[in-house]
Amino acid sequence: MTSLLEVDGLHVWFDLPRTAHQHGNQVHAVKGVSFELQPGERFGLVGESGCGKTTTILALMGLLPSNASLAGEVRLDGTNILAGGEDSVRAFRWKDIAMVFQGAMNALNPVKKVGWQIAEPMAFHGVAEGTAARKRAGELLELVGIPARSAERYPHEFSGGMRQRAAIAMALACEPKILLADEPTTALDVMVQAQILELLTRLSDELGLSVILVTHDLPVVAQMCDRAAVMYAGEIAEAGPMEALYHDPQHPYTRMLFAATPDLSGEQAVTSIPGSPPRLDREITGCPFRQRCDVPIDRCEVEHPSLRYIASGHLAACHRAGAHRDELAGTM
Amino acid sequence: MSEIEQALVPAPRPEATVPAPAPGIAAAPEQPGTAVPLLEVVDLVTHYAVRRGLIEAAARRPRRWVHAVDGISFSLQRGEMLALVGESGCGKTSTVQTILGMVKPSSGAIRLNGTDIAGLADRQMRPMRRIVQMIYQDPYESLDPRFTVRQTVEEPMLVYGIGASRDGRESLIVSALEQAGLTPAEMYLDRYPHELSGGQRQRVAIAASLVLGPKLLLADEPVSMLDVSVRAGVLSLLDSLRKDTDMGILMITHDLSTAAHFADKIAVMYLGRIVELGSAADVVRNPQHPYTKALLSVVPKRDPRDRQAAQILTGETPDPVDVPSGCRFHPRCPVAVDRCRVEDPQLREPAAAAAGQLAACHLA
Amino acid sequence: MSASIQDLSVAEGTAPSPRRRGFFLGVLRDRKAAVIGLALIVFFVVLAIVAPYISPYSASSQSCAVYAHPSVHHWLGCDDGGFDMLSELMQGGRISLVVGFAATLVAMIIGGGVGILSGYFGGWVDVSLMRVTDYLLVIPDLVFAMVIADLWGANLFHIIIVIGILEWTTTARVIRAQVMSLKERIYVKRAKAIGAGHARIIAKHILPQVGPLLIANTVLTVAIAIYLETALAFLGLEDPTVTTWGTILEHAFDRTAISSGAWWAVVPDGICIALVIVGCFLFGQAIEDALNPRLKVAHLSLRRWKIRTLAGREADAI
Repeated sequence: MTSLLEVDGLHVWFDLPRTAHQHGNQVHAVKGVSFELQPGERFGLVGESGCGKTTTILALMGLLPSNASLAGEVRLDGTNILAGGEDSVRAFRWKDIAMVFQGAMNALNPVKKVGWQIAEPMAFHGVAEGTAARKRAGELLELVGIPARSAERYPHEFSGGMRQRAAIAMALACEPKILLADEPTTALDVMVQAQILELLTRLSDELGLSVILVTHDLPVVAQMCDRAAVMYAGEIAEAGPMEALYHDPQHPYTRMLFAATPDLSGEQAVTSIPGSPPRLDREITGCPFRQRCDVPIDRCEVEHPSLRYIASGHLAACHRAGAHRDELAGTM
Repeated sequence: MSEIEQALVPAPRPEATVPAPAPGIAAAPEQPGTAVPLLEVVDLVTHYAVRRGLIEAAARRPRRWVHAVDGISFSLQRGEMLALVGESGCGKTSTVQTILGMVKPSSGAIRLNGTDIAGLADRQMRPMRRIVQMIYQDPYESLDPRFTVRQTVEEPMLVYGIGASRDGRESLIVSALEQAGLTPAEMYLDRYPHELSGGQRQRVAIAASLVLGPKLLLADEPVSMLDVSVRAGVLSLLDSLRKDTDMGILMITHDLSTAAHFADKIAVMYLGRIVELGSAADVVRNPQHPYTKALLSVVPKRDPRDRQAAQILTGETPDPVDVPSGCRFHPRCPVAVDRCRVEDPQLREPAAAAAGQLAACHLA
Repeated sequence: MSASIQDLSVAEGTAPSPRRRGFFLGVLRDRKAAVIGLALIVFFVVLAIVAPYISPYSASSQSCAVYAHPSVHHWLGCDDGGFDMLSELMQGGRISLVVGFAATLVAMIIGGGVGILSGYFGGWVDVSLMRVTDYLLVIPDLVFAMVIADLWGANLFHIIIVIGILEWTTTARVIRAQVMSLKERIYVKRAKAIGAGHARIIAKHILPQVGPLLIANTVLTVAIAIYLETALAFLGLEDPTVTTWGTILEHAFDRTAISSGAWWAVVPDGICIALVIVGCFLFGQAIEDALNPRLKVAHLSLRRWKIRTLAGREADAI
């Protein structure tokens, strides 16, 4: 059975301009990322700044700048949408796979009415035009919890939360199967964040929409997603069901990331991870996390750990994973 | 010397350490309850006038005001961390800006070690600024990109004429950087901000404020723009600093989890008022105000199994220009009754609460 | 708890801001136009400096026939008074450039000062200074210059003052805009919160940031000043006994150089003026462009991201 979306060995490189500050001439931003997405699934892509999560989902939409090169396959219902470069991806963009960008609520066109902006992609992709498009725009606004008559308003008349909903409505304009959400709640208050997350959950349940939620905020993913992948230095460090990631983490980074996140219960001490991520413009030997890891072994220095199965649906890229499960779980 | 300046003259400091606290200020009695609080805010009100256009002014329409801070009172002891929690528009930033003296309050008192500094003129405020320092939210913007780390940390000393010689200042700079966790300090002295990560920049900002030996540190979302793995380090730094130097910290945060972990007391603000105030443990485990309860219920938890029913309020915080009548939370309150529409509740200790925990709710 | 030495790697994608040492060199390295512009300016400045030593003849005594054609002895021929054209150009260049730079200095000091004070203090200081600026901005340059030259008398010093008064307004507006935005930067607010006084904040935080923009503006103002000097001289408002590029043109037109077919009395002079102005514009614009946040228009680029095939690399297991 083929999944709705299969990302298979995705690599992204960025060519760097030749200036005095850059030593290498390429940044290997995404290194062989692979995961699957089922219909109606909510999948989290978690990581800190620079880990490659935004680049990964931009690659899924083919929205990379001209200094980027890609390798690998992205199969939507079995078809590799990247095979023909920009031209092949464009057929799927917005119609099958749509995106809510980071800071989308600030990227609305200030001189166009909100309804017009939602209707615009419909006309462009041949889904609906004119009156039909406007009517559908109203329906979409209702779907995301905004009264349909607000379609006649301008973005500055909306609050931050409402603008984010409008951005989501825009993404749903052509009825995509997959919604990519890049930090959809980062700049929002916690109550508005809860509203948006509840909206995304409801849309996923009612419309059968698959959602890839990209964020650095672990608790958000823990609350909303069924499965998640933790990215580090352009690679997937660990992927699996949310419960497994929290209760049985196999990669030290996953464990330490949870430990660095404060919780309301305030029981466990919060610890930071020393050091910082490696530079991606240089070749990395061994495990990219070994400098910051608290349990490295000799093998980590020389051999790059590949992502492998620990249990059904649970993968980790760590030499110590699986074999020392009980030991690691005990430190949690 | 004025009364204020006399109270703040620091003791002559030994060369190689960060300044010792001033004699007048450090002399505090043993029991925290009887000591003069480090910071006492009483009925603070800060309103901003909404700018009127020519036509409105000519038509003599009544001036509209942004009720940024609408009568808040709290106190902070030495060595204590108080977290001001709330959503945007609640007035937490305005509160801190008023305490810092960047904004003049409309009424109320701000007592620093007993001395009222509310509404002081800039000149009189100047000696006060040595005692009160601020850490800003954006580490990428709070350092002058043209200043080296050394220059940034040195600047406060130059402003106040501390450290007679270059070398004298240098050793103070080094010790401040090391206190902020940037070791070896020599590696950082000649760096420019763009060569540092966000966490390092924030530490430089902290070092620059430590160098004057502040008694009160105001921190506006000090870690919200940093990576998760780095946040705990900076927060632990602030925590240990207050324990080591008996500094009081007033921290603004929107993240209740951070407040629960690091703060001693939490004050929850809504539309310019404090709606709940108490120890962090009490507020989080036994919230009294409906707003606090709703906020706590929607904070995402780390544990995916811990998915309690979230009490998601409808709508968003209203504009502080048009404050609702009666209890300002009543339009969104899930348990509002008629009384709430009419009568503005005062902050008092509810029956079901712990000692010292206050809430402004008729039903609490 | 302490940050490690490893952390001193290049931070997340922030572009280095203009630091005095590296910025101008960077501009020259990245933009060919800037190099050409600077080369032109430098060429004429050097020429002006060495003019008295290398000019073949005196510019004020006759050395050839009236409107003599260019020849081996006189590369650019002679003008209406029998003075060697090339020498006149070199000597004239000195005066023109001096006037241009001096007037610009006046304009920069007034304009920079007004801009900084206006932008930093705001309020009534800003309002009153900007009203003065507006008045001067609105007055037509040449008309004003003609009136002043007539009232005060035409000598070089007056011309410098006049041009300076006319030109500071644009600089003031540009600097004011930048200072107003700089004032809102967090590090300036932090300096205020520490207790730094206005003088310190302006000197240490505002001025260094405003510096490159001021320099860019200055270079552009030089171009305009030289043009204005030429225009004023051409209109007969300058001391005719002084040789400047403008007076050379004025003499040429007055004494029917064109109808005599003596193009060498007009064209080389015009070319010199044009080259200096173009040089200033190229260099000044390049600095201004470099100070703007870089706009990435990758999505409008015709080039697309590329697909690579991975030879010999295995995809990670799914």
